[in-house]
Amino acid sequence: MKLTAFAAAAAAFLMFGPSQAMAGRDLDQIRARGQLLCGVQGPSNPGFGFPNAQGQWQGFNVEVCRSVAITIFGDPNRVQFVPVTTQSRFPALSSGEVDILSNNSTWTLTRDSNVNRFNFPAIVFYDGQSMMVPRRLNVTSARQLDGATVCVQPGTTTELNLADYFRQHNMRFTPVVVADLDELRRAYDSGRCDVFTNDFAALAAQRTLLSRPADHVILPERISKEPLGPVIRQGDEELTNIVAWTVFALVEAEELGITQANVEQIAGSSTNPIVRRFLGVEGNMGESINAARGDYARQIIRTFGNYGEIYERWLGERTPLGLERGMNRTWMNGGLLYAPPAR
Amino acid sequence: MSSTAALAPPRPLIPLPGGHSMRGVLWQAGLAIAVILIGWSLYNNMLANMAARGLQFGFGFLNRSAGIPIGEHLIPYTPADTYQRALTVGLLNTLRVAVIGVVLATVLGILLGLARLSSNPLLRGLTGGYIEVIRNTPLVLQLVFWHAIVLQLPSVRQALNPLPGLYLSQRGLKTPALMADTALFWAAVAVGVALLAWWLLLRRERARQEATGERRATWAPGLALLFGLPILAGYVIGAPSVEWPVLAGFNFRGGLTLSPEFFALLLGLVIYTAAFIAEIVRAGIQSVQRGQWEAARALGLAPGRIMRLVILPQALRVIIPPLTSQYLNLTKNSSLAVVIGYPDLVSVANTSINQTGQAVEVIAIFMAVYLIISLVTSLLMNLYNRAVALKER
Repeated sequence: MKLTAFAAAAAAFLMFGPSQAMAGRDLDQIRARGQLLCGVQGPSNPGFGFPNAQGQWQGFNVEVCRSVAITIFGDPNRVQFVPVTTQSRFPALSSGEVDILSNNSTWTLTRDSNVNRFNFPAIVFYDGQSMMVPRRLNVTSARQLDGATVCVQPGTTTELNLADYFRQHNMRFTPVVVADLDELRRAYDSGRCDVFTNDFAALAAQRTLLSRPADHVILPERISKEPLGPVIRQGDEELTNIVAWTVFALVEAEELGITQANVEQIAGSSTNPIVRRFLGVEGNMGESINAARGDYARQIIRTFGNYGEIYERWLGERTPLGLERGMNRTWMNGGLLYAPPAR
Repeated sequence: MSSTAALAPPRPLIPLPGGHSMRGVLWQAGLAIAVILIGWSLYNNMLANMAARGLQFGFGFLNRSAGIPIGEHLIPYTPADTYQRALTVGLLNTLRVAVIGVVLATVLGILLGLARLSSNPLLRGLTGGYIEVIRNTPLVLQLVFWHAIVLQLPSVRQALNPLPGLYLSQRGLKTPALMADTALFWAAVAVGVALLAWWLLLRRERARQEATGERRATWAPGLALLFGLPILAGYVIGAPSVEWPVLAGFNFRGGLTLSPEFFALLLGLVIYTAAFIAEIVRAGIQSVQRGQWEAARALGLAPGRIMRLVILPQALRVIIPPLTSQYLNLTKNSSLAVVIGYPDLVSVANTSINQTGQAVEVIAIFMAVYLIISLVTSLLMNLYNRAVALKER
């Protein structure tokens, strides 16, 4: 993390690059390089992004990034995954070490503002911060945690919300702040902290890696709103559109009932103009957002399926994480996912 | 300059007073201008790049509320405090581990260095093994190792209680704390008076030894003063009140805490740096000629006094410059604290960068701080070096 911070400064000092603000500069760079540099949570975040036995990155966030690569290049493999920590991710993004973060970053005002200069094109996961405690402590509510020692990752909204929550309820706590998620989890697992706090989904993911997952409970409180999504640098409208409409395509496909299995058949037979436009059978939607192919949405669905399929594959009830869809259902099913009309 | 000029007489283009040649001055001036130009272009380049990314250079963020919790602070701190205070807390944490680490690493390093030269083959072999293993493994791995060991301590409810008021657990070492009251003030005054009296006694005894050749030890009356005076003050004014740690809820309340992260970092830095210091001490002692040992022995000095009065003063000339480097290394290596979660300057600075986006400013701050710490350490060590250097008369 120290190295990345230095790299950020070194890059700021040394990059002799064109300084004129061209529209779509980042997208031009990505196209010229032929590869999307995608920052994912390092060393790993089960379900969301983790390297498999062959060292290939897999998971929910990974498929979101690969979907963006399909939109940009028409090829899901033109991605290089760069593991970043919660502390190093934003310097890595602003210095150009990565083009896009797909690592459960929370959309906040200050990150989105002109101070930090990032863009959050779309939300891919609605979450809330939670607290996990060992079952033997017999704690049933976060309000009983006065005086607790809390394990938390530095440089996160989690860290700030934690301070706010305890202050708001006039409780005291001792933070144990470790940048490396594995080291932090080990600290919690060995009993260094009473509480492990993170977004609910991330806690569920980390729980699968504890020595005895069943001995730990996640408390019912959600102490914050955590809208998570891919992050890019501010100032490239074209790239913003590409990322946003890639995420929307995943959601839209689920709304329309288009899946990996039926996408080709529907494309061939559907007479619904909405579906025909969405799958690139007619119209020029892909061109409008400067995608590599007019039928980018069809390519994505053919490769990874719709939002619900990706969710069930990596996070859903049949995975070790076992997360309910909850807020992450489409709006038609009582969730918060809502894609603007693809027309 | 003048001495080398005397060795190899130059042919100055234009002779200048003091033996400097015009050519030399021109070279120096040219170099200085080049350095300034490079620095200026780097600075401009940075501003241009920051402008291109829409970043603004400035230190205004230091006065904004930080919101980040920090587990260990030598000065009062809450998340509502400013970034400036958060960074100060980090700096003090860095200084705390660096200062204590330097002292302990020096003591351990000297002991190991002497043991390495011992005539006992077992001791010599063990020390040699220690030094080679420690010097040849990365410090980060050692820190993670020590952290893992420290985490094996019993949980807070099963805390070890070796002495009344002393608890050792995963939450660290808990000790009773002295409350800052008037009794504590007078106790501190008593300690100061005792130390002064001891020093005066020592001076008188030294003068006496020079006059008569007779030696008398001062440690017995010295220690009596050091313990007697504060106890006497306690009887007269009242003992300083003590806050005892009490197990309440999740953790101990009251008392002082030394955290496991602090311990792990201190342990790692001391054990690592001491291995290097041991080698420096060994080299220094071996650089003193055998004749010095033999001469001192011929005078009838005991081995301990030979070391203290004859060998070490000469060895220090060789020891001090590389020792300074080790002190600087220890201080800078303390930034690896981020790996195990000790909130040092770099850890707090990294989080500040993350929350504010002011990477260049924060890194400039911590570069400046490390530079100042290093320069001050070097300065102190150079002064000490001058004091113990061989005086050629």
